[in-house]
Amino acid sequence: MLGKLSLSAIPLDVPILVGTFIGVAVIGLAVLGAVTYYGKWGYLWREWLTTVDHKRLAVMYVILAIVMLFRGFADAIMMRTQLALAYKGNPGYLPPHHYDQIFSAHGTIMIFFMAMAFMTGLMNLVVPLQIGARDVAFPFLNSLSFYMTLVGALLINISLFIGEFAQCGWLVYPPLSEMQFSPGVGVDYYIWAVQISGVGTLLTGVNFFTTIVKMRAPGMGWMQMPVFTWTAFCTTVLIMVSFPVLTVTLALLSLDRYLGMHFFTNDAGGNVMLYLSMIWTWGHPEVYILVIPAFGVFSEVTATFSQKPLFGYKTMVYATCSIMVLSFVVWVHHFFTMGAGANVNTFFGIMTMIIAVPTGVKIYNWLFTMYKGRVEFTAPMYWTIGFMITFSIGGMTGVMMAMPAADWILHNSLFLIAHFHNVIIGGVYFGYIAGMGFWFPKAFGFKLNEAWGKRAFWCWFIGFYLAFVPLYILGLEGMTRRMNHYDNPDWYPWMLVAEAGAIVIACGIACQLTQLYVSIRDRNLPENLDLTGDPWNGRTLEWAISSPPPAYNFAVIPDIHGLDTFHTEKQLGLKAHGKPLAPIHMPKNTSAGVFIGLFAFLFGFASIWYIWWLAAISLIGIVATMILRSANRDVDYYVPVSEIEHNEEVYSRRIAAAQAAE
Amino acid sequence: MKKLWRYLPALPALMLSGCTVDLLQPRGPVAEMNRDVMVAEFVIMMLVVVPTCAATLYFAWKYRASNKEAEYLPTWDHSTVIEYVIWGVPAILIALLGAISWWSTHAYDPYRPLQTADNVKPLNVQVVSLDWKWLFIYPDLGIATINQLDVPTNTPLNFQITSDTVMTSFFIPRLGSMIYSMPGQQTQLHLLASESGDYLGEASQFSGRGFSDMKFRTLAMDPAQFNDWVEKVKSGSENLDDTTYPKYAAPQESAPVQYFAHVQPDLFDGIVAKYNNGMMVDKKTGKVMHMQSASNAAPSDTGMKE
Repeated sequence: MLGKLSLSAIPLDVPILVGTFIGVAVIGLAVLGAVTYYGKWGYLWREWLTTVDHKRLAVMYVILAIVMLFRGFADAIMMRTQLALAYKGNPGYLPPHHYDQIFSAHGTIMIFFMAMAFMTGLMNLVVPLQIGARDVAFPFLNSLSFYMTLVGALLINISLFIGEFAQCGWLVYPPLSEMQFSPGVGVDYYIWAVQISGVGTLLTGVNFFTTIVKMRAPGMGWMQMPVFTWTAFCTTVLIMVSFPVLTVTLALLSLDRYLGMHFFTNDAGGNVMLYLSMIWTWGHPEVYILVIPAFGVFSEVTATFSQKPLFGYKTMVYATCSIMVLSFVVWVHHFFTMGAGANVNTFFGIMTMIIAVPTGVKIYNWLFTMYKGRVEFTAPMYWTIGFMITFSIGGMTGVMMAMPAADWILHNSLFLIAHFHNVIIGGVYFGYIAGMGFWFPKAFGFKLNEAWGKRAFWCWFIGFYLAFVPLYILGLEGMTRRMNHYDNPDWYPWMLVAEAGAIVIACGIACQLTQLYVSIRDRNLPENLDLTGDPWNGRTLEWAISSPPPAYNFAVIPDIHGLDTFHTEKQLGLKAHGKPLAPIHMPKNTSAGVFIGLFAFLFGFASIWYIWWLAAISLIGIVATMILRSANRDVDYYVPVSEIEHNEEVYSRRIAAAQAAE
Repeated sequence: MKKLWRYLPALPALMLSGCTVDLLQPRGPVAEMNRDVMVAEFVIMMLVVVPTCAATLYFAWKYRASNKEAEYLPTWDHSTVIEYVIWGVPAILIALLGAISWWSTHAYDPYRPLQTADNVKPLNVQVVSLDWKWLFIYPDLGIATINQLDVPTNTPLNFQITSDTVMTSFFIPRLGSMIYSMPGQQTQLHLLASESGDYLGEASQFSGRGFSDMKFRTLAMDPAQFNDWVEKVKSGSENLDDTTYPKYAAPQESAPVQYFAHVQPDLFDGIVAKYNNGMMVDKKTGKVMHMQSASNAAPSDTGMKE
């Protein structure tokens, strides 16, 4: 009846997990209780859970990403603590069974549910606003994408309390992940969490690609598109090309596990090399899916806070596009040690190095954007400058490992771990946090607190170097990744330094939480309020409307005459408005996404535990909800002119109030 | 207290002194090449990274909004000369690094046999990764060991590597390059130890529960000593053949060192063939051989049919 599921699947014997469960349960009940106490269920359901508004979905994505950051970071600091203890015969506090789940979950969560969710959130908030659109091309799909991502995140976290998670790394390399070596449900949790959220990501890719191609404001040609939109565009292309590969790879692995097939098994013609090649065909573009939008954020932030247009806009676009293309011809550098011939290894090594050229160009573009500018040291600018330095170093170690002859000793070492954290924290994370600070007033109408933002930056910046420079050194001392304990006395002091770094980063996260709290508390102070919708003297279209924008974003779709039209018109004192108002066609909210998400969750959970009747019912539920949604013709409405006029009038009054205050 | 800060930059050097930095202290020509390439790259890249980081900080400081002295060009966003330089300089550097890459990848391809000046006869070692230990078979000497690799110095070492479990990676940091061990596949690696010593050997690809203890000592010694050692192993009593192999191959954590005085000659081929429907390719003739030994019985849990 319940498949493999029984009471013994609940790890009551692991005190860490029981404690975590109690903590999560208390926080969860407190949140639910608060919503009930304040009578907010109706509001939550109508305004948020069923919304198709890209701005609200963006907020939900970023909240999910921040929650997942806590989970992923908790894993990280547990690993660092284990390695700071487990030296010379001391087994530490995490036995391999638990430790192996933690490093697998850390990677999976940070990439799929923290970074991807954060990136999708930023894209959701900014792209439609930057191109002068009223929503994305497929608003319902957008809501569905969010729920698919959420379901994946839920599944992976439920594995903490029911059953176990994978113990074979964040890419679950076979044959270790095959039934023969991993008979538990851990790998199945991985497969279904990633597969379901992968559907969401693919839909996001299609959705934003279509939005950018078809829904730009009149006059906005390709070369008038803001740089962040360009980077989002390249990312959607990468998503559409690479995610199907991931889906197929994991589907083949599931066939092995569920139906006893032999794609990647040791015997009967299975071949692990095929898996490595396929997973990295997705995996390498994936890191560019994450970092390219971060490059977009840095471009917007640097130009705005240097009070100058971006240096070399065209170069930036070409560099982004060439990175997009090159990212597909480098995947073999993840396994130079598999025994490929010298020509193959050389080709992929050199292609990898070539990516450093357009990436370097971008760094110089930001550098020359600051040159002869008026640089305002806001928190997003701190993150940007911190990024330029950190990422240059990370890029350097990346080029080092792109050389097969060097990778043959650095592969799988802690040097590699230091390298990719160097580019992912220094590039991706710094970028997203800069973006969050930059666009926060647009989403909520008030600014984030600067002082706490800068404190967070310093903690992250210093903490990063403390935590990862030792890992570079440990890599050179021959320490490999994923070790649970060791007895080499040379390694021990560096592990202590790395632990200290993790603690400093924890302070950084605490500062960020404090920043959110302080900012919300002081949101009505005049210096924090964003009345004009343009708190930074911005250049692109999202700053031409009120903060937060109305559901329809633009009362009148603006006409575009070139790059940074909004900024040019502002300089000339032109008023963008002037066209007569007309009723605006908008999509209605829908609960279909919530229900499909619910059924997908049950489907994933049932498949993990072999509860086939439940899987069948939930699959029917998904299809039925889809059909019902498709048959529903009542999916749109018009915003009447009177409402638009009212909103515009309120906005004008706020601008006037802001001007009077100055 | 203030004075102490001045010595802070020296701290890393202090912490490193007395430590072994395996990858920077090679004990063989392959590892030397690995290190030289790595260091050369580091130096070349530093030529760009240091000025870039310095310029970032300098520009940010010089053109800070409060510095009204600095020139401000609010519309300046293009310079063809700068564009040429920022595309050109990285491109030249990458061309240089690419050339080093082409040369080193070919010259030190792990599959390429090494030669010494005096044409010392190479030592063949067959490596089998097991859960979670290493089996080393010396086919020409008819002996084998678990978790200890003894090699003569200044002798080319020809490793043939496979796995009788999941995939992992065979790595002796101070001798250089690593190569994956994969079930049903034979990979090759050629190394040489130029100095005697006791070097760490490890599995560098995570392979499950006992991975952290999947280490072995690599004892490099001069050839005379090595011969003594071989004689010592041969005087033992343990045999490794189809009947005893399953016992030794069974999963085990922190496995102790073990010597085998006699090894069945085709044991390694049988282990490879086991995952290839009982077949394997003879490397010299390229012909497919059918292996008959008992160790190639199909793995029990897959129920594979032929």
